[in-house]
Amino acid sequence: MGTTTERGRGRGTALRAARTAAALALLATGALALGAGGPRQGGAAGAPEPLPRVPVAAQQDQQDQDAQSGRADGCDLYRSVPPSTEDGPAVKAIKARRSLVVGIDLNSYRWGARNPNSGRLEGFDIDLARAIGTAIMGDPEKVVFKAVPTADRIKFIKEGRVDIIVRTMSITCERLQEIAFSRPYFTTSQRVLVPRTSPAKSLDEALNGTTACAATGSSALEELKTRPLKQLVPVENNLDCLVLMQLGKVDATMTDDGLAAGQAAQDQTVKVLDGEVRPGVMGVAMLKDSTDLTARVNQVINDYYAKGAWRGAYDTWLKPYLLDDADRHWPTAR
Amino acid sequence: MATPVRIERPGPPAPRSRGTGAVEPRRGPVARLGRATRTAPGRLRLAGALLAVLTLAFGALTAVQLNARAAAAERVVRSSQPLSQAAADISRSLADADATAATGFLLAGAEPRTVRARYEEDLRYASQLISEAAGRTDSSSSLHELISSLNQQVPVYAGLVETARANNRQGYPLGGAYQRYASEQMRTVLLPTAARLSAAQDEVLADDLADARSTPWAGYALGVVALLALAWVQLTLFRRTNRVFNIGLLAATATVLAAVLWLTVSATGAGSALQRGERDGAAPLRALNAARVDVLTARLAENLHYVSRGSSTAYAKLWSTTTDHLYATDPQRGGPAGTLAQAQALAPADARATVDQALRDYQQWNERHTAATALENQGDYQAALDATVTAEEANAPRTADAAFSAADRQLAHAALLEEGRFRDEALGVDGDLRTAAAGVAALGLAAAAAALGGLGRRLAEYR
Repeated sequence: MGTTTERGRGRGTALRAARTAAALALLATGALALGAGGPRQGGAAGAPEPLPRVPVAAQQDQQDQDAQSGRADGCDLYRSVPPSTEDGPAVKAIKARRSLVVGIDLNSYRWGARNPNSGRLEGFDIDLARAIGTAIMGDPEKVVFKAVPTADRIKFIKEGRVDIIVRTMSITCERLQEIAFSRPYFTTSQRVLVPRTSPAKSLDEALNGTTACAATGSSALEELKTRPLKQLVPVENNLDCLVLMQLGKVDATMTDDGLAAGQAAQDQTVKVLDGEVRPGVMGVAMLKDSTDLTARVNQVINDYYAKGAWRGAYDTWLKPYLLDDADRHWPTAR
Repeated sequence: MATPVRIERPGPPAPRSRGTGAVEPRRGPVARLGRATRTAPGRLRLAGALLAVLTLAFGALTAVQLNARAAAAERVVRSSQPLSQAAADISRSLADADATAATGFLLAGAEPRTVRARYEEDLRYASQLISEAAGRTDSSSSLHELISSLNQQVPVYAGLVETARANNRQGYPLGGAYQRYASEQMRTVLLPTAARLSAAQDEVLADDLADARSTPWAGYALGVVALLALAWVQLTLFRRTNRVFNIGLLAATATVLAAVLWLTVSATGAGSALQRGERDGAAPLRALNAARVDVLTARLAENLHYVSRGSSTAYAKLWSTTTDHLYATDPQRGGPAGTLAQAQALAPADARATVDQALRDYQQWNERHTAATALENQGDYQAALDATVTAEEANAPRTADAAFSAADRQLAHAALLEEGRFRDEALGVDGDLRTAAAGVAALGLAAAAAALGGLGRRLAEYR
């Protein structure tokens, strides 16, 4: 929400303006937090904390009347800073230190993974991260990749240990209170994986009276907490769920469809069930104050899509496993 | 004990036997004893019997006590110390297997044959020790449960490691998840079980050592009583007959004195040898074994940190807690604390240099680990990994893995020295004790014979 307040001034390069904007953003956040109401009824984002029921004016001025996927209980997941190619203070600082630190995952097959035999980093997120790094820094050598644990993503951003995170990170209202996101670059939803031998035919069936697994700090875990499970097994990494499922210790795994595809790609004896919940979008995460950086990243994402690189990466890394067309996963303002 | 007094007090026969023995007057042992004390030859016979019983009892009891200690000392050397070390070796082999499996995983397709061979040897050795321990343990004992649990878990662990390898070789990140899962099984199931087994075996060893070192008080007491009785009889004879020396009784006294002396020398000698063995061998070895498992756990944490590829901060934490446990400067005590510091402090003189070198290697390993972590924090995972473990022979000596291996080798060497030290002290103790037991028994017999002989001469004068 802070980014919304700053939107109009995002292009400004004067440090003072940025500071004022940041202060305003903080005030706005505080006000929103104070005005927070009762419990929400389901939706795209899995924040358990009370969030504002009434959208503030700043959130209504943009497109997205389609509350189905774009909105989640009073915050706009599609909202970000308008794209820009100008360098603001944050981008200048990054350029001055001659390296852009990008938080990635090294364990998400087909998204961000290290090939143990070649040592190369590979995946859809890695391609996008390289494109962003090269566009901003002008030199792929100046991009530093750093692995970030799922549960520590926001912490790493806030502590300045990474500049941006490109790591299958869902945009949620809860997270938007703490950090900023780029425009969404992928739509996703939470799916359920079961062994092929499982009698469960649908997502609801698979999560009824069973033992289910999800990664700590993920939207999937929040969803599972609302389900009538026999037992909920939280693990550190979504792949730990696949290990437990292969060993027969859990009946089902919930994760987003991208990671579910990665798991299915590593084990032909599991399947992704029909049905999806908590539709959401992924974005590139960064500090709330660095509006100019967000604007630059948004520009890169738009260009990346426009020149067909997004579709190319999708076809390379994800199409064989997601089994549907790229268009279904490109988030468009509705 | 009170009977020599009766020799001096030739009063009426025990009034008790007369007063109460109305049905059978003047019969039974008490009455006969009463009659015997009334005449001088009777008293002499009684004294002879008493001295013979005392000296024989002294010899026999002391022999039994020394034999019991010899048996305990033999158990220490033959079974409880080797079993305690075997249990420690099970822990160490399993921890080594886990750290080595993680090394192999990190090197993936480039894994050198030596790494794989070391992992296989670790598991083979652990399985061998486990089945040997099973063979030596009664199936009803509580240890048996621990051993059979280990027996079941080792193949399960090995299966998980192979699954990790297979997935890793196909380039699936799932392999890393399996490796971490396998390791978690090792650290939460196998190693704690092995540690319990080790603690139980250490307890058996401590009990056997205490048994072997315990003072044979009964032997000493009976020796003193025999000597007092001999002195008393000789004093009485001197008063009654005015003969200064009775050769037989004198010889008996000398023999009992010699036996007490032998008992003292062998018991204290065995005690101090075993104490030295404990101080210079068993105790430092226990500290060293603890340090070795910690070193392997630290190595494992270092490896798993890279296996997890940044998806977890748990292993960095495991590294720091383990290294703190190994060697840290204790601000309250001012000196270093931790298992490695303790192993260093307890090391006997001949193993100290080796443990000191192990500590230097360990510190170098720490420096290299810190340098690799710095590389990783800069985002260069590959460089950090290469600084930790590499398959390239040219760079291998500069890795953290090389420094770890050096520390591990030094600790293994020190363990051999300390175990040798213990065996040097404890070996032969049981033989010495057994010889002393036989000797004291023979001396007791000789003393009895001499006393009877000496009194026999006095008795002959009454014929």
